[in-house]
Formats: sequence, C-alpha cells, structure tokens
Amino acid sequence: MTREIRIRVNGQLRKVESAPDTPLLYVLTDEMHLQGPRFGCGLAQCGSCSVLLGGAEIRSCVTPVSAVNGKSVTTLEGLPKWYAEQKKLAKTPELHPIQRAVIEEQAVQCGYCYNGLIVKAAELLSKNSHPSDLEIRTAMNGHLCRCGSYPRMMKAIRRASEMMHPGTRAAESVSAHSGERAVNVAVGDAEAAR
Amino acid sequence: MSRNTTQAIHEKLTSNEALPKSDGIGRRDFLKAGGALIVGFSSAGFLADSLLAQGPPRFRMPGPDPTQIDTWLAIHSDNTATVYIGYVELGQGSTTSLLQVSAEELDLEMSQVSTVRVDTKMSPNQGGTYSSSAIARGSPAIRQAAAAARLALLIMASEKLESPADNLTVAKGVVSVTGKPGTSVTYGELIGEKRFNVQITGHERLKPVAEYTLVGSRPPRNDIPGKVRGTYTYLQHVRLPGMLHGRVVRPRGQGAYGLGAKVTSLDENSIAHIPGARVLRKGDFVGVVAPREWNAVRAARELKITWDMPPILPGSDDVYKAMRAEKTFDHIVLQRGDVDSAFGAAPASHTASGKFHCPYQAHACFGPNGALADVRPDSALLICSSQDVYTTRGTVARILGLQPDQVRAQYYEGSGTYGHSCYDDAAEAAAIMSQLAGKPVRLQFMRWDEHGWDPYGPAHVGEVRIAADANGKLIAYRYDGWHHNWAAVETSQQLALGTPAQEWRLGAAQQVNPSDCGGMYEIPNVKLVNHQVDGLKYLKAAWLRSPLDLSFSFASEQTMDELARMLSMDAYAFRRMNITNERWLGVLDAVARAAEWNPRPPASQLSHANVVRGRGIGLGTHLTSYGAAVAEIEVNKETGQVAVKHLYGAIDAGLAVNPAFIENQISGQLVQATSRMLKEEVTFNKTNVTSLDWNSYPILRFEECPEVTPIVVQRIDQRSTGAGEEVMAATAGAIACAFFDATGVHMREFPLTPRRVLDALRRS
Repeated sequence: MTREIRIRVNGQLRKVESAPDTPLLYVLTDEMHLQGPRFGCGLAQCGSCSVLLGGAEIRSCVTPVSAVNGKSVTTLEGLPKWYAEQKKLAKTPELHPIQRAVIEEQAVQCGYCYNGLIVKAAELLSKNSHPSDLEIRTAMNGHLCRCGSYPRMMKAIRRASEMMHPGTRAAESVSAHSGERAVNVAVGDAEAAR
Repeated sequence: MSRNTTQAIHEKLTSNEALPKSDGIGRRDFLKAGGALIVGFSSAGFLADSLLAQGPPRFRMPGPDPTQIDTWLAIHSDNTATVYIGYVELGQGSTTSLLQVSAEELDLEMSQVSTVRVDTKMSPNQGGTYSSSAIARGSPAIRQAAAAARLALLIMASEKLESPADNLTVAKGVVSVTGKPGTSVTYGELIGEKRFNVQITGHERLKPVAEYTLVGSRPPRNDIPGKVRGTYTYLQHVRLPGMLHGRVVRPRGQGAYGLGAKVTSLDENSIAHIPGARVLRKGDFVGVVAPREWNAVRAARELKITWDMPPILPGSDDVYKAMRAEKTFDHIVLQRGDVDSAFGAAPASHTASGKFHCPYQAHACFGPNGALADVRPDSALLICSSQDVYTTRGTVARILGLQPDQVRAQYYEGSGTYGHSCYDDAAEAAAIMSQLAGKPVRLQFMRWDEHGWDPYGPAHVGEVRIAADANGKLIAYRYDGWHHNWAAVETSQQLALGTPAQEWRLGAAQQVNPSDCGGMYEIPNVKLVNHQVDGLKYLKAAWLRSPLDLSFSFASEQTMDELARMLSMDAYAFRRMNITNERWLGVLDAVARAAEWNPRPPASQLSHANVVRGRGIGLGTHLTSYGAAVAEIEVNKETGQVAVKHLYGAIDAGLAVNPAFIENQISGQLVQATSRMLKEEVTFNKTNVTSLDWNSYPILRFEECPEVTPIVVQRIDQRSTGAGEEVMAATAGAIACAFFDATGVHMREFPLTPRRVLDALRRS
C-alpha cells in the first residue's frame, strides 16, 4: 500500500491518484485538467511546465508528485488568487498584474512558453518589485521562447512593476537595452519614407 | 528525381478527392454546440453525413463550395457573424486580421465577428497556411464573400424597408434609410440563423480602401487573453473519452532520410511491469500506449529495442564537403546578359567572391508536436496541428486505407511551428496507433523525438561572385547554391508501410532564390545556378521559416559589403545607388533612418581593443514583400563571443491589415534570426543526429536578446503580401556584415559560435 498523496493546488486540497513517482506535471494536466503548466522538454531545460511551490518557481516535469506531498502549488490559473493573498487584497483581481501587462503589451506570439514566462515573472516581482533590466534578464534566463518574444516580455515585466508600484520605477531600468520600440513609416510612398 | 517521385508529388498536390457534403445539418449543429462538440463527437453521425455526399464534384479542391456565401460566413439573430476561415492561427494574429477584413467589408465592429476552428467538416479549403500567405492569399476570398453577403443583405433590407438600396446605409450591422430616422433593420433580423443560398459572383463591389476604418487599425489579438489566463486550449491539452496516451519509439536522432530505421530486436516483455502498457508495431513503426501518460513515457523509455542504423551520413563537420562533391541535378534559375564576359572585363580590384557554409537548422517547436486520432473501421477523427488539414487528411486516409471524406481533420494550435515541423509525422503516428489499438490515442512526441526527427531546414553551400565598375555600379552577379530538397514522405508512413523516402519536386522555395540573390539590385549580367543534391543520404528536410533565405543573404550581402570595402564606399550608399525599385528603396531608407546610419566604408574603423563594435545593413525577403535590417553588434576577440546589441528591421508587405501584428512579427523575426545566426545548428555523426534537446541545440536566451526596432512601411495602395518571415534573411545579412565591420573578417560559416569566431579571427 502506498501512502496517500495530497497537494494543495491553487488553494484547493486535492487527492492524487497517480503513482508517487509520477512527475507533478502529469498530475496537474491529466488528473486536474489544468491548462497552465504544459509539457515542453521533460528535462527542466525550457520552463513550459513551471509552477510555484510555496512561492518559488519549480519545474513540474521533473518533480515527482511525492516530493510535493502536503505542499501548496500555484499554477498560472491560480496567480490572481496567490497575488491577492500575498498583497492581502480584500478581493482577488481578475488577473495578476503581469498577466494584465502581457495582454496590454500584446507580448505573446504562439504563447506556449507564456505559462513559464508569466509564472517566473510573478515569482521575480514577488521578490523584487523594481527589478532592473539586468535583474530581469538574469531572472528570466532559464526560460526559453522560441518565437523570440523576449523584448516584449521585458516590457511587460516593467509595466507590471509600474502597475504594482506606480511612479516608483528605478531610473536605472529605463536603460538602452529595454526591449522593443516601434517606428512607423508614413503611409504609401517611398518619398515619404526617405 | 525519378518519374515516380514526380508523379506521387503531383498527385499529392492535385489530389481530386471525393467531395464531402458541402454543408448542411452537421455544420449547423456544430455552430450551436460550439467547440464542445469535439469531445463528444460521434463518428457514426459523421459517417452518415459523409454517405450523403453524392453527385459529381463541382470543383477540384475538396471542401465546401467556395462559390457560396454560406461557406464563408453565417449571420446570427443577435446581429453577430461567424466567419469561416481556411487559414490556421499560428500565433501570428492572422485570424484576427482576417476578421478585421470581414468586419470592414460587412460594416460590423470587431466585437460582432468571430470564427471557429479550421475543420475539414466545415471550413473552406484555402490551401495550406504556408509562405506567410494567410493575409496575401486568404483575405481576397474572404473579402469578396463578405462583400457579397453585404450586398445580399442590402437587397433584403431594401424590400423590408421599402426603400431603394441606394438610400440605405449600414453601421454596426444595422441598415438604416437615409433621411428617415428610426427606420432600420439589423442583419440578424434579416437573415439570422438562416442560409443565404447565394452564389458569390466575384463582381460584388468592394469597399474602397480610402473608406477603411478597421483595416489598417490595431485591434488586439483575440487569442491572447486566453493564452495569458491558461484557458486557451492548445493541441497538447485536448483529450478524447476512452483514449490511451501514446509515445513513439524510435532511435534517438534520425539517420539518413532514405534509410529510415529498421528494428533488429524488440522485447515486448521488457515493459510488462508497467501498468496497462502495450507495444504497437506496424513494420518498423513502433509505439507504446498506456492509460496513464507517465506510464506511456516510461514504456517508451524502458522498452528493449535495437535498431539497424547504417553509418552513411557525412557528419555535420563534413556535410559541406560531401554536398559539394556530389553529382548534382543542375538547373539555371536565372540567366541575364553574359556574366562570364562581364566578370572577364571587370578588374580584380572590383570583384568580390566567397564560399559559404550554412547548417541544418531545426524548427524545434517549443511544445513537442502531437495529435489525437480515433480510428474506426469506416471513419476517423484526426485532431492535429497541420498547416494544411485537407492535405494531411488525404495522406492519413491513404495510410489508414480510408477515403478522404471518411476522415475528419480538425486543427488545434500547437506551439509555434515556423514551417513544416513534425506535425504531419505526429498526425500519421497517432492515426496508425489508434488503428492498431482500436481505441482513441493521444500521441505526443518527447523532446528528443521533436529535435531528433524534425524535417530540418536543409544545409547549404553558397558560392557567390559579384563585380562592379569603377563608379560602384554592379555589373555582374553569379550565385551557385548546393542543397537538397524537402521530404515528401513522413517518417511514420515510411516506417509503418515501408514507403520509400521521396523528395519534393523542385519548387520556388527549394532553390536559389532570385529575390535574395541579387534580385533587389539592378545588375545587367546575372547567373543563378541551383545544384540539387540527392537528399536520401542526408537528413530529412522541409521548409523552415524563410527557407534557405538566411543562407542566401549571409553569403550575398557579405560579398556586397566586401565589394563596398574594395570601392571604399559606404554599405548603405553602395546598395542605394544600385537599386531602382522604390519598394526596396523604401525599406532600405526606412531602416537606415531609424538606425541613424552614418556613412563610412565597412571595416574602416578597426580597433585593436578586445571588445569591438560593428554595424551592418542587409536586404532580403522570402517570395514576396521587402525586408531590410540594420544590426549593431559587439565582438569579444578574446572569447569569440558575439553579442547582438540592437536590431532594426523594416518590412513593406503592401497594405498592412494590422500593423501592430506585423511589428510583433518583425520583432520575433529579428530575435529568431539572431538565434539562428549565433547559436543554432543540427549536429550529427555518421549514424544519427546528436542535437536532441535545448542543451545540445541551444537557442537565444533572455540575457543574449538584442533591443529591437520594428518598422512597418505601410502602403495602403498595394495588395497585402506576407509578413511572417520576410525580415529574417535581411537580419542574417546585417549581422554577418556587422561582424565584418567590427573585425575586418568575413564569417564563412554560421552559426557564429565562439569556436568558429576564434578560428576565423586566427586564420585572418
């Protein structure tokens, strides 16, 4: 007889049916039908499967479910509630600020990596509410994006930081390497473009 | 290429499949039920539907009748519209753009239009979502259908309101009579939930571009909120009732495409200890299934199996030498003037040449491909991420021994595919496994399957020679390119049925590209020669975003800069004086201005410092549109590390339906092209591919990401052309030229890894 495994997922206590050596990812996707964490490599290299374990980002694809028995797991779906608890808000917002910022920046391309990018950025912002560009790059460096949306994600993280603490962004972070800045060229003729 | 191959591919491209019932009850039911119908799908009902399909084909392409308005859109009682789109969403926003086009023509707002997923049961067959064609080729048909619908609605309104159509105006789907306030009727009241039964003539008046309010504007993408909340259903999330989880079992890393892989021993008992695990085998195709996903993963890992993999590959270090030594099928892509005489007359001091090597690169989808199949004796449901569900349906039907109209193929977005990744291979594998198991199967590749069995972008050898006169006017250009073609048979079919490996017949995107190879410049004498290598002894290949174009620009634009240096001319000015096409000039000027380009000859400010800076400018495209880029880079001569600091990318894709989406595409292309130039190469030994994950096939990371400046040159008077890949080649050229500017050394091979950079600097 194996002992029963229970984990708290997004605030709810859940009984696990899978064998103890099953990676947490398969429990979250196949048993609990969550669509945030997703399979990317199964090797902890890419970050597709990231979740928060007690506030720290982990790779659920290589974490046996037995290792998180009795612990509290937050997935992409649970970020607004987790944020409300952290900030002691009376009401859970519809979205975590980083989720709002990602939508406002229209940062996503295919979006498959965004589970990991958002979860990791939420962890970063919980520890450091005014990350510099260098700190953002360092924190996010273990998360890959095949579409190349890094510049917009950088902007989204800075925007989320602004939202969480309006007007208090560190001056240092508005540096040269700050992501994407578009240029619009006058409509319709090469003369104007010259 | 053999006649059989050509024939088979011809059939593949023109297959005249029996028609399914073009429309009717099934589609309406689906409309009412929405996406939920998927999971409870009854194949018996589907079969009954398909048996009703009778009568002679009315058009060649399988799918609903494209001449009927009802094929393209439906108006609902609540005054909203569902638009049926034949192009799939690949994370580029084209679905939202096509809704913009529809709403514009119908005089609806964005909130009043939506679409349903691409499905062979109901979607128009617009061909594959290839070559950044969704807007270029997709929007004209959708636009005409919407105009036809608007006209039909105005005629109905004219009767209902007893007013001539000329007196009617439409806003937000409400038809009003001019000068009679309060007299109006909505589209929904006119036809809600009913069929038009009206043929599209193609002559319906289209809204003049000058009256556009939605097209050219920047509404947000409709798929992003769900993707950010975790509610968006990717292919990888779809489950079917009673399904088994499946994994393929293959050698780690493909060998030569022509050989596939042969099983020499297989011990089914080796997975007997894994609950519910079963081996499924057909020929040399081996898969495992289990009710629980982790058990399928374990079974694939623990199954004792051996393979025959003859060591006939050249290996990634020797691939260029091997291709160059092959007896090739040669073909002159373009010949103008007399290059030999022109080169003969040009002084050596104004002639530049170089030989360049470009590696196999992988699509490396971020989420490995997968598919679900529910194969019954007389029908099949296939859920896949194909760029072309109708073609995939035909191939899978043949593999299963079914008729195409007995197979329903549905599209679910997977992770970005950047061309033909493993999605067809996965679709075939799922279908084969479901047929063997007699149950629905959800198949997902593991990381090493995706990296190891990808149809890669082919390796390339380019030899280029360019000459100018004393004034800097280009007079002769020659490009010789060696590479092999794309795979026409997927690995799953090859292994299961023993179907011989075949390559595509030569197409525009598989040969030396005249648009990249000198095509932007005015050159009187040009010769472009394609040397096609027989690919069966090499790796499996397919189209990878901007196929071969990065290689062409890497070679061609570096040689242009070498010539500019010989002439002591600024790289931008040199290009400018050799271009007359105003659209090439438009992007070139736009990017130079954004980058605040200061004129000086390339490599004219070399420094002895360890860390040196350089900047380069490049042009390129794929098949349509115009791309230009400027790169600012830093090279550490001690470590060999190249850092791309800032990239500027400009595109002219004609009328930009949604400039914001194109900016996002440019931004992604700049970053992905940097990754391909600095980091990406498929490695292989004589037996098989060895780059099987993100450590052995590294891509660009956050810390290495340049700042980017996307530039959209909006041309409302030109038809829309592709914008999903056309800045990649220009970026490749710009980065290579920037390296030359920084170091005075040409890189002859990419990616620009520290080892390669140090070798090149040492040799110079």
